[in-house]
Amino acid sequence: MESVLKVQNLGMNFGGLRALDSVDLAVGRNEIVALIGPNGAGKTTFFNCVTGIYPPTEGDILIAVRGKGDLKRINGLKPNRVTEKGLARTFQNIRLFPHMTVLENVMIGRHCRMAAGILGAVLRGGSTVREEQSAVQESYAILEKMGLAPFVNDFAKNLPYGAQRRLEIARAMATEPFLLLLDEPAAGMNPYETKELDDLIQRVRHEEGIAILLIEHDMKLVMSLSDRICVVDYGRKIAQGTPDEIRNNPAVIKAYLGEEMDA
Amino acid sequence: MDYFLELFLGGLTRGSIYALIALGYTMVYGIIELINFAHGEIYMIGAFTALIVISVLTLMGMNTVAILVIAGVIAVIYSSAYGYTVEKIAYKPLRNAPRLSALISAIGMSLFLQNYVLLAQTSDFLPFPNLVPDFEFMEPYAHIIGSTEIVILLTTAVVMVLLTFLIKFTTIGKAMRAASQDKTMAMLVGINVNRVISVTFVVGSATAAIGGVLIASHVGMINFYIGFIAGIKAFVAAVLGGIGSIPGAVLGSFILGWTESFATGYVSSDYEDVFAFLFLVLILIFRPSGILGRTEKNKV
Repeated sequence: MESVLKVQNLGMNFGGLRALDSVDLAVGRNEIVALIGPNGAGKTTFFNCVTGIYPPTEGDILIAVRGKGDLKRINGLKPNRVTEKGLARTFQNIRLFPHMTVLENVMIGRHCRMAAGILGAVLRGGSTVREEQSAVQESYAILEKMGLAPFVNDFAKNLPYGAQRRLEIARAMATEPFLLLLDEPAAGMNPYETKELDDLIQRVRHEEGIAILLIEHDMKLVMSLSDRICVVDYGRKIAQGTPDEIRNNPAVIKAYLGEEMDA
Repeated sequence: MDYFLELFLGGLTRGSIYALIALGYTMVYGIIELINFAHGEIYMIGAFTALIVISVLTLMGMNTVAILVIAGVIAVIYSSAYGYTVEKIAYKPLRNAPRLSALISAIGMSLFLQNYVLLAQTSDFLPFPNLVPDFEFMEPYAHIIGSTEIVILLTTAVVMVLLTFLIKFTTIGKAMRAASQDKTMAMLVGINVNRVISVTFVVGSATAAIGGVLIASHVGMINFYIGFIAGIKAFVAAVLGGIGSIPGAVLGSFILGWTESFATGYVSSDYEDVFAFLFLVLILIFRPSGILGRTEKNKV
């Protein structure tokens, strides 16, 4: 299958700590892949390397070039450049811009797709004004799809928890990614909200054609969503496969539950 | 009553000048949490640039109002270039260093710029011509407020409106607000944070330069040291209002301006600074985050 993300031999050291040790992972076009593992396994570090927050110690990160079939290395690019290339992410703890409105939060995501510079913003020529108007419309459309239309002019910090989570995804979508990285999107959600999130992620994949890589602890969600699952422990990839294969994999069971003791 | 009004308007004028400088402090702090001690020097450089341009244009025999406008524009461009360069040289390399390092770097930059102007120009006070003509319609009120003060008030008002518009409604303004709330997240939604910081320095320097030109033509004297006192006062104003908050900086500036003006008028001009700093001490004791400042909640 054609890949949109290909990570090869990724390693990340923090001083003497080896947080990631030669991890390989690929995400195909339109695929949903889950990255699971016990706490501290290196899942979020993996995300941070891919999105340019940490420059990896070793290995290669390749992503698809928009509109073309070939892959390009993105190691060492700044996060804003990675986002421009077509990757977007959300965080484990909600990181919205709390003192901006819901609409502004999404419009900020459109920022990197807008052409007008500072001079344009100040002088406000016709093209800048048109560009901004279309940004408002597009942002509004995204908010409607996410069921956030009733909140457009509220401050992000005043939204209910589930809505804040959805707004994070909406903001990420506004950057027009072909790959979305979700870090524990269901954290803190009740079963009903998790079900809604399940539908939402499926819709994002089918309607927008966006591939998804997610970190999640809610196994029900992981099993229902994922095409493939990748398991990491102590910075190493210990298993990979379809949900059914993973469910019965002894190495995975050992990582989660510990080794069986012979009495 | 006239005397009260005179002091009130005098305080408003002072406050406007402080506000123009305090904006730069507060905007920079809002984004990179740095007290840019070199900011007062940018304002001083603005005044010097204007003086040089004015001298040249006066020799050429231009109309005074035209001279003032051209000098103002050139001072703004020149100071912005300085602000931009200072950030690139003295702060950008220290972006990930402890905050104290950047602060020391800022103090160093401030001393460097003062001495650079001292060497390049002179240590003497230089007369700065007042180029604002006396408006005739102001005649009946001339004992309360002068034409220069009116120009200062109007210019400040226009700058504030433009700045509010820039920050509230433009794309770059949204990017500035986003970066001030969460820099990493701002980068992850595709904002070039380095560029946003540069723009902040340029905008802050431009308003400081406008303040420099206005106060120089009001006071009539400049030297290489004016940036220090003005910078400290504007800093006090920014802290008073709540550093990082733009409306706070403006409010703090007006409060400081009025305090000084009334203290001078009703007590003695010797106590001007005493009252200004007394205010700072009181605010820091009773409301450390400033009048409109957000109280910081640090999660452990």
